[in-house]
This record gives sequence, structure tokens and C-alpha cells, in this order.
Amino acid sequence: MADVRLPGTLTPLFPGLPRRLEVEAPTVLAAIDSLEQQWPGLRDRLVAEGPALRSHIHAYVDGERAGLETPVADRSRLDVIAAISGG
Amino acid sequence: MSKTMLTVATRKGTFILESDDRRDWKLRGPYCEGWPVYHAIYDATTGEIYAAAASEWHGSAVWRSGDLGETWEMSSEGLSYGDEDGRKISKVSTLARAGDRLLVGVEAPGIFESRDNGKNWSLLSTLSGQHGSEAWDDPANQPPGHLGISGFVTDPSDSDSFFAIVQGVGAFETDDGGSSWTPRNKGLRRDWPADYEDVGFCVHKLVRSSDPKRMYQQNHVGMHRSDDAGRSWTEITEGLPGDFGFAAAVHPHDTETFYVIPVDGGHGRTMHEGKATVWRTRDAGSSWQPMRAGLPQDNAHLGVLRQGMTIDSHDTPGLYFGTSTGQVFASADEGDNWSEIASYLPAISSVDVAILD
Repeated sequence: MADVRLPGTLTPLFPGLPRRLEVEAPTVLAAIDSLEQQWPGLRDRLVAEGPALRSHIHAYVDGERAGLETPVADRSRLDVIAAISGG
Repeated sequence: MSKTMLTVATRKGTFILESDDRRDWKLRGPYCEGWPVYHAIYDATTGEIYAAAASEWHGSAVWRSGDLGETWEMSSEGLSYGDEDGRKISKVSTLARAGDRLLVGVEAPGIFESRDNGKNWSLLSTLSGQHGSEAWDDPANQPPGHLGISGFVTDPSDSDSFFAIVQGVGAFETDDGGSSWTPRNKGLRRDWPADYEDVGFCVHKLVRSSDPKRMYQQNHVGMHRSDDAGRSWTEITEGLPGDFGFAAAVHPHDTETFYVIPVDGGHGRTMHEGKATVWRTRDAGSSWQPMRAGLPQDNAHLGVLRQGMTIDSHDTPGLYFGTSTGQVFASADEGDNWSEIASYLPAISSVDVAILD
């Protein structure tokens, strides 16, 4: 199971969604799709048309910048981060 | 006693202003998690509030509240051109109720509809095939073109009939629920070259009076009036301090009375001479009078966007406008006298008014 960390801007949108949870999935996109099953609409908050990560959403797998197709290993840590932006 | 409620969309969420007497107002909010909200409306059909919002992080969605703003949900289910199309939705810009449809206009230009009050969406039309659509349908044009559907005008007597504004292109009308469209820009002024006779106009705001044939519009270059339901337009700018502006409102009981807020057409886009002024015509645009009582007249460099002014339907209507610097001004006497009813909100995109029993 991968250790998934989600941005704080996401959790208020989905009641019960924790900042940190475990997901079994082979890729970043599969992990997001897995979360979508439990929290419908979550995928669209992270993934734009293409599909592609939204431009201000970054993903890291074990500390390395990742894309949607980046593999996620059994004990990987997946950080999904809302970029520092706005004002 | 009825309550008057303003739904105020801002750069940082939705706010609600309420009053029993249109003098003392209470403010609630922010709602919608502080997302940038571009248009928020109260829908009398369902009693729900809808807010079109687009987060820099989390994309576009329509928020909805069934309890006058106390709790909110949001959805973007179906609100997409899909992975293969090439067009992307960078913003949801404007909302309207048309019968059993809730409409949302998006950028790149398209209209989505929801038949379950905002839970699920499907593409209704991109006005494909209209003159100019080859440009607005080109993904390479967005951004920086930022062309979108910026406004609707619906017909209370016919839910299949409504206007949609394509930014920088013009107004189009459908009478079959969005299956076919007709440009409605005849007689409008434009000060630039264009590829087509019937499109290439910059319509900022369209409003329909209580007589469906009498319409008004604020254009990039002038105020205009139509006496034939938008089929032709006559310019009525003379007497105003400029021809540029965004906000406009029509009196609910008097088809001759119309309000606009001219702003500088350059980069500033604030009210002329730093004097906050709403201009009113009582004779369908033959003459204009400045409404300034109670509005700041010194160094008031205020901007008001296209959905930023509205008017209620009381016997003596009240006018309201919100500024790009976060003030809301209100008049309970058709614009004669004004007061500032909110002062420190984020930049305001839209103000909508409803009378609740």
C-alpha cells in the first residue's frame, strides 16, 4: 500500500477525506482513480483534460517529481501538492 | 415581511447580504472555500444559490446551496470537453436558469446544461458553425484570448429561447434550446476591422426589459437599445461621459428606464474622473442623468464588472453594484440616493438580488 498525502485545499471539498491515507495502485493516476471511487469528483480536482495533472498540482513519488503515469510501488510515498501560487 | 438578499461573487468566495428594509444589511460568508467565483445567482425556481467558480488549483465547478448559503456542495461532473477534444475549460463564467435547465457558460466558449440542478452537466452547444467559431474553437487561441461565454439572457415565457454572448464576437439567439443560433448584432457599432458582417462585436452586457421586445446592451463601444427583441440595435451613447462600460440594469417596471456605469475604456477601466456615478435614462436613452448622491466623488477609482450591477423588483426598485475593490453600494429609491453597505470584500465579480418571502 502506498502512503498518500493530499493537499489541505482538497479535504474541505470532500467530507471525511483525510490528508493522509493508504492506497494500492500501480501508478499515480490509478491512485487518484482509486480515491475517486470513494470520493466522487476528487479526480477532477486534480486531473485536467488530457488527462494531465492540473497545472498547479504537483505529484512526487518517493521525493521525485512524478506524472500521472509514474509507477507507485507497494511502499511508496505519494505526495500530492497544491503549488505555492495565488495571492 | 419580505427579505432582500444579495448574492455577491468575489475573487475569494461568495458572500450574502440580507436586509428586511433595504437600509440595514447583514453580511455572511465567505462561502465556496474562498474559490474565485465569477458569477453567483439565486434561482427562484429551486430556491438554490449557484456559484460558478474556478480554482487555480482545483479547476472549474459549480457550487450550489439549498439553504441560502449555510451549506454548500459543488460538482463538475460532465463539465468537460473531454480528453480528446483539445479544448479546455479554463473558467466557468456565467449562470442562468432556463426552464428545467441550469445553464453555465464556459471558456473556451461553450454552454453546458444541467437538468438536475447542478449535480451533473452535459455539453449543450459550442455554437459550432457560426461565423467566428473557427477562431474561438481553436485551442491555440486560448489562452491568451480568454474568449468565453460571458452572459445569457433568458426568456421567462419560453425556456427554449435565450441569448448567449460570445466574448469579443457578439450576441447569438436560439429559439430551439440551443440546437441552432442566429447572430443578433445588426446595427451595433464596431471600431475595428472584422471578417464578417454579422459577428466581430464586443458585447459586454445584454438585458431585457419587462417588454420582451425592448432590450438594452452595454457594448465595448457604446450603449445600444433594441425595440425588436435584439434583431436590430440603435446606439444611445450620447450624453454619457464615455462609450465603454460593463455593468447595466433595466428597470423592472418601466421599459424606458435603464442604468449603466461608464468606465474608462483604457487599461484603468475605472469610473470617469474618480467620481462614482451611475447613469440613468428615463426616456430609453434619449437623455442621461448622473446619479451620485451618497456615492464617493473624490478619488473613487472604482471598477464594476459586467455582472456587477443588479436591480430588484420591489415597487420602488433598489439598485446594487459591487466594485473591483470590494465595496457594495445600494440605492433603495431607483438610484436617487446611495449608501455603502459592504466595504472590505475581495474584488467583486457579480451581484445578484432576490426578494424572499
